[in-house]
Amino acid sequence: MNALMSYFGSKQTPGVAGNQLWALIYIFIIFAGVAVIVICMNWLERKVLAHFQVRIGPMRVGPHGLLQPFADALKLLTKEDIIPQEADKVVFWMAPVIGLLAAFTVYIVIPFGPTQAVTDMNIGILFMLGVSSLGVLGIVTAGWASNSHYPLIGALRSSAQMVSYEVAMGLAVVSAILMTSLNRDGTGTLSMLGIVQAQQQQGIWFIFKFFPLGLIAFLIFAIAMVAETNRAPFDLPEAESELTAGFHTEYSGLRWSLFMLGEYAAMIAVSAIAVTLWLGGWMRPFPNGLAGAGWDFFFALWPGLTFIGLGGLAFLGVVRMPSAQFFKIQRVGLAIFALALAGLGGLLIAITIGAHYSQRNIIASTSAGIAYVYWFLLKVAVFMYLFIWYRATWPRYRFDQLMKVGWKVLLPISLGVLIVTAIVGMIL
Amino acid sequence: MNDRTDALSNLDLETPEKPYLDSNELIINMGPQHPATHGVLRVILKLDGEKVLGTECVIGYLHRGVEKIAENRTYTMFNPYVDRMDYVAAVSNGLGYCQAVEKLLNVEAPPRANYIRVILTELNRIASHQLWLGTHALDIGAMTPLFYTFRDREEILKIFEKYCGARLTTHAFRIGGCQYETYAGFEKDVKNFLAFFPPKIDEYEELLTGNRIWIERTKNVGVISAKDAIAFGVTGPVLRASGVKWDIRKAQPYANYADFDFEIPIGQNGDTYDRYIVRMIEMRQSLRIIEQAINGIPEGPIMAKVPKVIKPPVGEIYHSIEAPKGELGYFIVSDGSTQPYRVRVRPPSFVNLQALDIMVRGMLVADVVAVIGTLDIVLGEVDR
Repeated sequence: MNALMSYFGSKQTPGVAGNQLWALIYIFIIFAGVAVIVICMNWLERKVLAHFQVRIGPMRVGPHGLLQPFADALKLLTKEDIIPQEADKVVFWMAPVIGLLAAFTVYIVIPFGPTQAVTDMNIGILFMLGVSSLGVLGIVTAGWASNSHYPLIGALRSSAQMVSYEVAMGLAVVSAILMTSLNRDGTGTLSMLGIVQAQQQQGIWFIFKFFPLGLIAFLIFAIAMVAETNRAPFDLPEAESELTAGFHTEYSGLRWSLFMLGEYAAMIAVSAIAVTLWLGGWMRPFPNGLAGAGWDFFFALWPGLTFIGLGGLAFLGVVRMPSAQFFKIQRVGLAIFALALAGLGGLLIAITIGAHYSQRNIIASTSAGIAYVYWFLLKVAVFMYLFIWYRATWPRYRFDQLMKVGWKVLLPISLGVLIVTAIVGMIL
Repeated sequence: MNDRTDALSNLDLETPEKPYLDSNELIINMGPQHPATHGVLRVILKLDGEKVLGTECVIGYLHRGVEKIAENRTYTMFNPYVDRMDYVAAVSNGLGYCQAVEKLLNVEAPPRANYIRVILTELNRIASHQLWLGTHALDIGAMTPLFYTFRDREEILKIFEKYCGARLTTHAFRIGGCQYETYAGFEKDVKNFLAFFPPKIDEYEELLTGNRIWIERTKNVGVISAKDAIAFGVTGPVLRASGVKWDIRKAQPYANYADFDFEIPIGQNGDTYDRYIVRMIEMRQSLRIIEQAINGIPEGPIMAKVPKVIKPPVGEIYHSIEAPKGELGYFIVSDGSTQPYRVRVRPPSFVNLQALDIMVRGMLVADVVAVIGTLDIVLGEVDR
């Protein structure tokens, strides 16, 4: 108990403070959190995409298809586990695990808040780029081990694609890192926490720094990260209409779902990098323009209000549902869900108000932590929505065009932005 | 490797060459179960990495012997079978067959029947192009247009359903005219559609026409020159996109197309983008034809005087119409009995599909999919 409590009120991440127990707890929370977000994303992607496409999406499993992801997961788990006869069994077995590990390992350094991270590495961003690019290994091995033509082509495509977009992505990241060296103390940092703190110190999100240099670097990263995660319009490795399913053609059931889990986890991870580097990480919007205790309190109320709003939407769903007996269980279920959401929102608001009026340290730090994580995740959520939006709108690039965009457009621009950023930084 | 189709292949499948960096070329079977081959087309691809060295289409997975069936059915009984060939443009198929037999019988459908035929055929052309657009865009990776086109195609199918009870395999026409008089409100429905549809075409175009990725994926992809196109016997929008102004509605007017004022869009480059543009303009032109037809539709009988038992005189006839996919021709030989001696169909999809190989040689795998989409084939018609 002492070990458990000793960490409270610490101004450091558990990894830095050397608190193994809390580091482990954070890892579990993050793992569970990412899994929950992936489940939400699964449902949201189907729903949002459906509404883009004049459909209504899943409606049958649970109210508004809310239980659809669970039904899917159950189906995938109970499916027969097929390994093709000619496949290299060990590598075939390993491939999704590699992809998943690479996707999840990066979460160690993602700063959800100043202390809300497993650890803070002084080479954080480097670690992140390095580990996340290991994901390509999972794809290549999957394509190779399947011993089949379509997966092989898919794997080759994706390795070429991920490697070439990493270059532009890396250069865009470097230009953001350069901006951290403009701190008052004059030292730059690769630490994820340090990068956000640099934005705090300089009083500006890096997306607006040296306008439009920061914005261009951010846009390059935003394009490259879609390519990195193999999402539309860069989803060539799994181009359904060309390669049936690309590298995971031969995969089914649990293994396939591991790939999907890895893909979504990677999407969240790269979005988190973008948020950290350019969008001020855990900071609330307008920290300069709308400063002051009143505004702080106003923005601190947002997490609770969001959940209450979601609960209200769910209630709206209950009201609009047909009143037939057939729908009773769905109505009750959705009402309970709405109550739970609203209850959570109420709890968050209570904590916020409590922190505003009470002097207890623990409540204040909890309230602040909630706000940090909330703003971070909200920014990530914007990117997740964009991912779905891209998918609904754009056709798919062809392989050579993809390479052309990567090498002939993004790379020179990012190099130019890097150089100009360096020059501007030296002058100022 | 040893089955008969491979032995007949023009690709040397047995001895792989070593074209580049000592890497063997890859033989890939695309289909018959493949999301982008529009049914059951099997394409054997010979690849050097992503580059296509050659293709070989294997067809016949949907062969139902339609032409042979015709020899054992009376002229009237065979009529519904033609709907099952190009099932997305069943009305056009029926029109071609009915008119061929009418020519053989030497009867003319009355004017009102011709107007109804033109309206329904042009509606069907739009429906067919919509289906083409949706699936073509889906093949290239744009998911959303598919749902938009299906949503709007529904309005056309509703008109068909109200007219003759069926949505796809309509069997709308009979030899000598139409069986059904237009239903009450037909005119209103068609006019509603005329007002409803143009903004929807704009909507599709907004998603695709100016889209950078769409242009990159379709410009200079699957180019076929006018000379090649004519040599291969390619017809329809594919031929017109290569710059040949050949449309049977204008060249050899049938039904009463001569009465209507419309334009034949042509392209210049013969690439996938031009074919896309040509079909988009064709949809608008079809609306123009429908508008003129629905405003000028005369009163009168809808059925010519046709004997109860159809027994055309001994002879043969070739009649072709402009189906949404190209020239759809019927060659019918009559021996004077109630059953045709031979019916040979010239399906546009089958002929157009032959051009696939020269269109994709040297391009990438992704282009094969785009070109199959742009050829707008229906396997039911290819295999018959």
